Amino acid sequence: MQPAVRLEQVRKTFGDVVAVAGVDLEIRQGEFFSLLGPSGCGKTTCLRMIAGFEEPTAGRILLQGQDVSRLPAYERDVNTVFQDYALFPHMTVYDNVEYGLKVKGIGASERRRRVADALAMMRLDRLERRKPGELSGGQRQRVALARALINQPRVLLLDEPLGALDLKLRQTMQIELKTLQERLSMTFLYVTHDQEEALTMSDRLAVMNQGRVEQVGTPAEVYENPATGFVAGFVGASNVLAGDAAGAVTGSAAAFTIRPEKIRLAPLDETPTAVESSAAGVVREVVYVGAFTRYTVDLDGGGELVVMQQNLTMSSMEVLQARGQRVRLIWDRQHNRAIGGSVQEQREEER
Amino acid sequence: MSVRQRVIEPRSVQLGMRVVTLLVLLFLYVPLLVIFVYAFNPERSQAWPLPGLSTRWFVATWNNLEVRSALVTSLKAGLGATSIALLLGSLAAFAIHRFRFFGREAISFFLILPLALPGIVTGMALNSAINIGGQVIGLSFSLWTIIIGHATFCVVVVYNNVIARLRRTSGSLVEASMDLGADGWQTFRFVILPNISTALLAGGLLAFALSFDEIIVTNFTSGSEITLPKWIFNNLRLPNQRPVVNVVASVVILASFIPVYIAQRLTQEQPVRAAEQAETEPALQAVAAS
Repeated sequence: MQPAVRLEQVRKTFGDVVAVAGVDLEIRQGEFFSLLGPSGCGKTTCLRMIAGFEEPTAGRILLQGQDVSRLPAYERDVNTVFQDYALFPHMTVYDNVEYGLKVKGIGASERRRRVADALAMMRLDRLERRKPGELSGGQRQRVALARALINQPRVLLLDEPLGALDLKLRQTMQIELKTLQERLSMTFLYVTHDQEEALTMSDRLAVMNQGRVEQVGTPAEVYENPATGFVAGFVGASNVLAGDAAGAVTGSAAAFTIRPEKIRLAPLDETPTAVESSAAGVVREVVYVGAFTRYTVDLDGGGELVVMQQNLTMSSMEVLQARGQRVRLIWDRQHNRAIGGSVQEQREEER
Repeated sequence: MSVRQRVIEPRSVQLGMRVVTLLVLLFLYVPLLVIFVYAFNPERSQAWPLPGLSTRWFVATWNNLEVRSALVTSLKAGLGATSIALLLGSLAAFAIHRFRFFGREAISFFLILPLALPGIVTGMALNSAINIGGQVIGLSFSLWTIIIGHATFCVVVVYNNVIARLRRTSGSLVEASMDLGADGWQTFRFVILPNISTALLAGGLLAFALSFDEIIVTNFTSGSEITLPKWIFNNLRLPNQRPVVNVVASVVILASFIPVYIAQRLTQEQPVRAAEQAETEPALQAVAAS
């Protein structure tokens, strides 16, 4: 089967600024695919090139095997849910949703039927006479979705659509979006900087950094086996040890990552078993987060590790006393992940 | 937009501010009111108090052919200047808003400048330009030169109103429209035009009001054509004509007041996400500066 979207060596520069530095991607039919990355990584530019708002400087964009790189937005079979929703302020909810059908010259009776279906699907039937200014954030979101879905696009593009909503509503909408996507079995391309959002909703995701794709995979693959230091740091919290600091733990200078929740805080004199790694150090910082506590430990062998411990029995008073203590960190060796690539780069960026 | 803090003033300050406000308003409007009252004077000579009220000078004015022809000239000049202003002003606003090009800021500045230039300078300059034009391409002083003269400052008014509206209209609206399958023309027709229509109307009304009572530039560009303000100016010193002048002046005041009032109402209405509109449209700034 043809991929729904295919990017071949796509580049985009704005003057001297390289926004997208040669991206290859394949998004399969009917999958929920996310582009995840920090702001300025080129994810939104990629989306805008697929939508037709930007022309790639080099490379090709194919929709269902057809090269659309030079087609204007209105001739592409994709629709977009914008970050600010971009609802037409002078039109009612009904007119907003109907717009795509109207400009495509669909007959009046079919328009009525399809708009009614879309409004019902997004539970907007009671609001159809309202103007966007009279709606709540969540309602506007649903209007934006109904409007984008009315043309039955091959791919629905979503540009951080949940960014403006509060946490609770965002979580509800995440589930709604995923359910909707499965029900329609439509290809969704979702752009976000929120790693939790990307992990929860996506079938697969691409992690982007500085205009490049660092890794493509399922949420579990990306989380469990980060391909680069950047991915390890960006998707979930992660520790990266390299050089001497890595050598002090594993005996090899090769860089590796270890997730904070895999590490156990132990008394200094505990001996690790044969399958475990360990490192001694001093607790520099303790952050009590309610359900768990985050400890930052300066290692004797150089570098630092962040450890997350569930607060099984300890109170906030007790955990805070750990500051300044010497401790031993122990974890199962199989959780160490060797990484290549941009460790150094990633470190510098953090500063 | 931050919510304006309500400062609690002592009573005496509150009272003082009210008195000052009232005095300023009286200072501005009492002279206009006097003209209105005198327009209903039954006598030819002006004396206070009025011996009675009469509309005889309204009838006399209506039947005065000079006044009628001046009114027609003023209306034609106003409509002509407004049409040019709507066309050029909105096109300039679209260009400046939509495209980034070399000299963009400069063009924006030079479009607004005529508003601040003293009318007498604009008038002089146009006058000599028309004289030279007369020698070179046979241009002569006429209704058209009045229209061109008025257009110099009317374009700004429309430009300012339209660009302010475009700036507060989200750019993603255009993208959303294209995304949903609308081509450039459909996007203009269904999305851009409805969003700027009140700004266009307001700009047009203000341009008309500016043109209708303009005299300085008109004096330099009209040649022998007589507009209503010019007629007033020419007849002000003739005691015989005084009652008719009062009536004409009252009409000019009304003809300026109504469009400005409507224009202000139009630009106050906030169809695009009210909370985000820090920028007030410059409708009345324009009038104030001219």
